Amino acid sequence: MQDAILTLKDVRVTFDTIDGTVDAVKGVSLHVNAGETLAIVGESGSGKSQMMMAAMGLLTSNGRATGVADYRGTNLIGLPKAQLNTIRGAKITMIFQEPMTSLDPLYSIGSQLVEPIRRHQKLGHKAAYARALEMLALVKIPEPEDRMTCYPHELSGGQRQRVMIAMALANDPDILIADEPTTALDVTIQAEILDLMAGLQARLGMAMVFITHDLNVVRRIAQRVCVMRKGEVVETGFTADIFANPQHEYTRALIDAEPSGRKDPVSVKAPVVLDARKINVTFTLGGGFLGRPKRDLRAVDGLSLSLQQGQTIGIVGESGSGKSTLARAVLRLLPSTGAISFEGRDIAALTREAMRPLRRHLQIVMQDPFGSLSPRMTAGQIVTEGLLVHEPGISARERDARAARALEEVQLDPALRNRYPHEFSGGQRQRIAIARAIILKPRLVVLDEPTSALDRQVQKQIVDLLRDLQTANGLSYLFISHDLAVVRAMSDHIIVMKDGRMVEQGTPDAVLDNPREAYTKALMAAAFAT
Amino acid sequence: MTDAVQIPAVGRSLWADAWARLRTNKAATISSAYLLFIAVVCIIGPMLTPNDFSTIHQNYTRVAPSLSPYPTPEMIEPAIGDAIQKGRMDLVGWEQSGSTVTIRVTSKKPIDDRVTRYVDRSDMFEGAVATEIAADGLSATMTAEVEQKYFIFGTDNTGRDLLTRTLIAGRVSLAIGLLAGFVAVVIGVVYGATAGFIGGRTDEVMMRIVDILYSLPFIFFVIMLVVFFGRNFVLMFLAVGAVLWLDMARIVRGQAISIKRQEYVQAAEALGVTRAGILRRHIVPNLLGPVAIYMTLLVPQVIILESFLSYLGLGVQEPMSSWGVLISQGAKNMPSANWLLFFPAVFLTSTLFALNFIGDGLRDALDPKDR
Repeated sequence: MQDAILTLKDVRVTFDTIDGTVDAVKGVSLHVNAGETLAIVGESGSGKSQMMMAAMGLLTSNGRATGVADYRGTNLIGLPKAQLNTIRGAKITMIFQEPMTSLDPLYSIGSQLVEPIRRHQKLGHKAAYARALEMLALVKIPEPEDRMTCYPHELSGGQRQRVMIAMALANDPDILIADEPTTALDVTIQAEILDLMAGLQARLGMAMVFITHDLNVVRRIAQRVCVMRKGEVVETGFTADIFANPQHEYTRALIDAEPSGRKDPVSVKAPVVLDARKINVTFTLGGGFLGRPKRDLRAVDGLSLSLQQGQTIGIVGESGSGKSTLARAVLRLLPSTGAISFEGRDIAALTREAMRPLRRHLQIVMQDPFGSLSPRMTAGQIVTEGLLVHEPGISARERDARAARALEEVQLDPALRNRYPHEFSGGQRQRIAIARAIILKPRLVVLDEPTSALDRQVQKQIVDLLRDLQTANGLSYLFISHDLAVVRAMSDHIIVMKDGRMVEQGTPDAVLDNPREAYTKALMAAAFAT
Repeated sequence: MTDAVQIPAVGRSLWADAWARLRTNKAATISSAYLLFIAVVCIIGPMLTPNDFSTIHQNYTRVAPSLSPYPTPEMIEPAIGDAIQKGRMDLVGWEQSGSTVTIRVTSKKPIDDRVTRYVDRSDMFEGAVATEIAADGLSATMTAEVEQKYFIFGTDNTGRDLLTRTLIAGRVSLAIGLLAGFVAVVIGVVYGATAGFIGGRTDEVMMRIVDILYSLPFIFFVIMLVVFFGRNFVLMFLAVGAVLWLDMARIVRGQAISIKRQEYVQAAEALGVTRAGILRRHIVPNLLGPVAIYMTLLVPQVIILESFLSYLGLGVQEPMSSWGVLISQGAKNMPSANWLLFFPAVFLTSTLFALNFIGDGLRDALDPKDR
């Protein structure tokens, strides 16, 4: 234990809920050495964030922490707020996952940077301003002087996260705690931010605690790893050792959770399920009564695709590239121009009413397992909602039986069908969403980032489930993702999109191993760099 | 932390969750119990109180609240004196036991037993009987019944029992509060959810109509209604309900717009669910949280509005009454008969307090994250 700068001893965190107390962290001891990067890894709910929150005195009002968090001889847990504030924000700083909400939308970047510098370093406005400018340059924000007067909404997600890092570093902290700082960002930006943080850490010599569920990130940035599960540390060690020789089975499972395998391409003779030609989707911004002049935004620009039975087309691109819009357009959930035919029938011009009977063959599973299930309906009601529309004749009992069968098909206990979505975990919810789609026996399912919001391990299970369902039912998938590893494992054809256009397409190996376009290369470099 | 929480054995809806949270909130629980108590008392109370709410007791105008029965000895004394004097007799003494008064009199002339008529003629006594007339006829003893009345809250200017009137007024106020509140909620939810969900031009037109109605001065609107249709109870609902649904519609529309963008609504569209189905199964149930909160805050608002209208003399008509009417009358008599203001005001404010506490508790229970 050379130079431990922050030592946690037997830290426990409990939350009072109406169901009684919940132990989130159950007696964790670990230390952070000066100048090192420690990664804390674990799936959601493992207590990794709550542990650091407890040390920083940031628990919600129903949380209680006990134990010792020793920072240079001061126990941070239970320290009065006034004393805590001289340390946190100055000597120990934090950056959070969501760059959209961590900055106050009402103040300019400059004033949000200058204020904490003045407070902690007792500098005048001019000196603090100069320091803020220096910090923005340090985190490589272009034209820092212009950015000082910008408001958060004028910056991109990556830039916002850079500003957050600048704020965290402005007071020369000893420890920087980063709570999933790159999870909400696109892969290419994620890579840039990670490089930036690694570089800054080497230059400034502070210790960094990196909370993440992504082992790729860990391998890239951390010297030591601490693996947490259900509120306990299961394994700690140097990164190289852990990856080369994991001791605990949970760590092994985490490392093996990378989706693997390939999909066999379908025969060329397989019938075409969906054929879309020259799809354009245009959104009109502004306008309205007394509004600004209208402006057109072309989200999807002349894209064509043809999906055969049993085939999976992977659509890859960063956020804003139009991949979800395209999928919704071919399902006729958004107005678009171009020709769409489903099993040889032209559906581009069908009315909402005429489209309704076809809906059972065209299903969608969405990204956010928390947002895509209505919180006021039980799992059973959610799964069988489509039956109400497409098979209105069947009895309530028959519907219930069908719900049970569908839940079984997605490997959920049918006895859970009377529970509400908030009682399920993320992976279970995604299974419910999949059950809702397949209960209607569709031909085509759009999978809109179905695994992005899930932990690696759960992700692997969902990928396996989707594969099994595809083989069993001969489904065709449109698989949208920014996660190239998953796309590679799932699809037999890949389309790379940027700014609404198709940049490149082909078999996964051709596109991903031999990218021709610069954009695809950048995407690949970011995703598979180690 | 959803993963760390143990999944309970039976499915528990958000409503059940909220209910469990609400029960841990002491202020809200006590308030609910109190409100229930007030409601029961106002509904059953007037049947049990000794005096009718519209009966005028001429002898007891503006008597102070008291737990002992009326008439008091001080009121009996002059009444007896009057009666005896009219019969040209002299009062020797009197005593009261329960509701029976015994009067001893003397006279210079022999006393006929018909003198009891003089006693009977007084409003206060009845069934006067000469129990004993001395042999010389110059002195006698009479007994008479006194009708004892209890005015626990006192009486008003015309001699009506304030206790019964307060309870009757409570019926009216609570009924207006609940019914007009309910009317406002129903119109507001349907209108707001429709506007928000359909969106586009329909939404624009519907919300501009709301804006126009907003710009009508409320009091002017009510006076106009009263002038055209005369004063009546139903009109109160219409007037109050017609104004308060506007707030509701705006709140609900905002909620509906944000719910419309939720992924579960998109998922339902992808399933081919009809618009009406989405509105019924997804939008409205998910709206009900804020609506329930707003409803508990709307009811006191309606009660206050009604009180205000009644205070201006535009509300409920005599002999019916509401808390607002009683308070307005009490305010006029504040210096001389403060109980006329005190009792209705206590009932009104405590009820509003309770409603607001419940609203607060509901908000915490339904939106635990916002605390």
